[in-house]
Amino acid sequence: MPDTVKVRAMFPPGHIRTPYYLRGKIGTVERALGPFGNPEVQAYRQTGVKRDLYRVRFTMAEIWGDEAENPGDTLDAEIFAHWLEKID
Amino acid sequence: MPHDHHDHLSPSGHPYRADQDAPLTYWQTMEIAMRELLVEKGVTTHEEITAQIEAMDRRSPADGAQVVARAWCDPAFKAELLRDARQSVIDMGFELGPMNLIVVENTADVHNVIVCTLCSCYPRNLLGLPPDWYKQRAYRARVVKEPRKVLSEFGLNLPDDVQVRVHDSTADMRYIVLPERPANTEHLSQSELETLITRDSMIGVARAKAP
Repeated sequence: MPDTVKVRAMFPPGHIRTPYYLRGKIGTVERALGPFGNPEVQAYRQTGVKRDLYRVRFTMAEIWGDEAENPGDTLDAEIFAHWLEKID
Repeated sequence: MPHDHHDHLSPSGHPYRADQDAPLTYWQTMEIAMRELLVEKGVTTHEEITAQIEAMDRRSPADGAQVVARAWCDPAFKAELLRDARQSVIDMGFELGPMNLIVVENTADVHNVIVCTLCSCYPRNLLGLPPDWYKQRAYRARVVKEPRKVLSEFGLNLPDDVQVRVHDSTADMRYIVLPERPANTEHLSQSELETLITRDSMIGVARAKAP
């Protein structure tokens, strides 16, 4: 059973790779990709610490609600662990 | 009347490209200064820079097509490609640099399409430069919201029972689609199959061509 996760609905300034349209949305982990450099600090020439990166799959119904073109179609995106909270 | 404006069009009907008579921009000046310094200090040479530009220009969708055609012909390779695309492609002799790669497979029930909504991330080491439309806001914004409509504008109409999976390259992975092998191609050799595999079929806005 894949993990269900919610993308944190945070809106910090800076170089953010979590797409705006996925914030606050719930998806399932498609696969774990391992640790990667964190672009939020690398953009400012800091090394920072590596963060775990995940591919998360969302349904179009979850992302777009009633406006979804086809609710059962999906979208996968790469999201860093510090943007995800596990939900039951 | 496309050929009326003789001042702006060449005899073949194309607009003349303006000469670059304006002063260098800040970043052009910076690039030249940096390049000349690196050469002067012996870090690189003009020959190396030219060779690298040539290597980058040589990359094309024909490279990706070799990978796809092999996957169509060799089930063990395909399984390994779907498991670890980067290593599989490196083992074929392609130079991927630091590029991480994921291959997503189209089937009778699933159609995949690739986008980078944040900018223009693209598997350049395997497909060469991205098409202009891939980098434009219209494609990037629309394909995550109404992928079926966008695909239909490319001439690809998918039945409702085929699931569309959009892949947004938001971080470190780059993607290519493994298109479905067209019907009636059993008699074709691997190199003949390569000619059916287009750039667009590996982005996912088209199917592989019929023979």
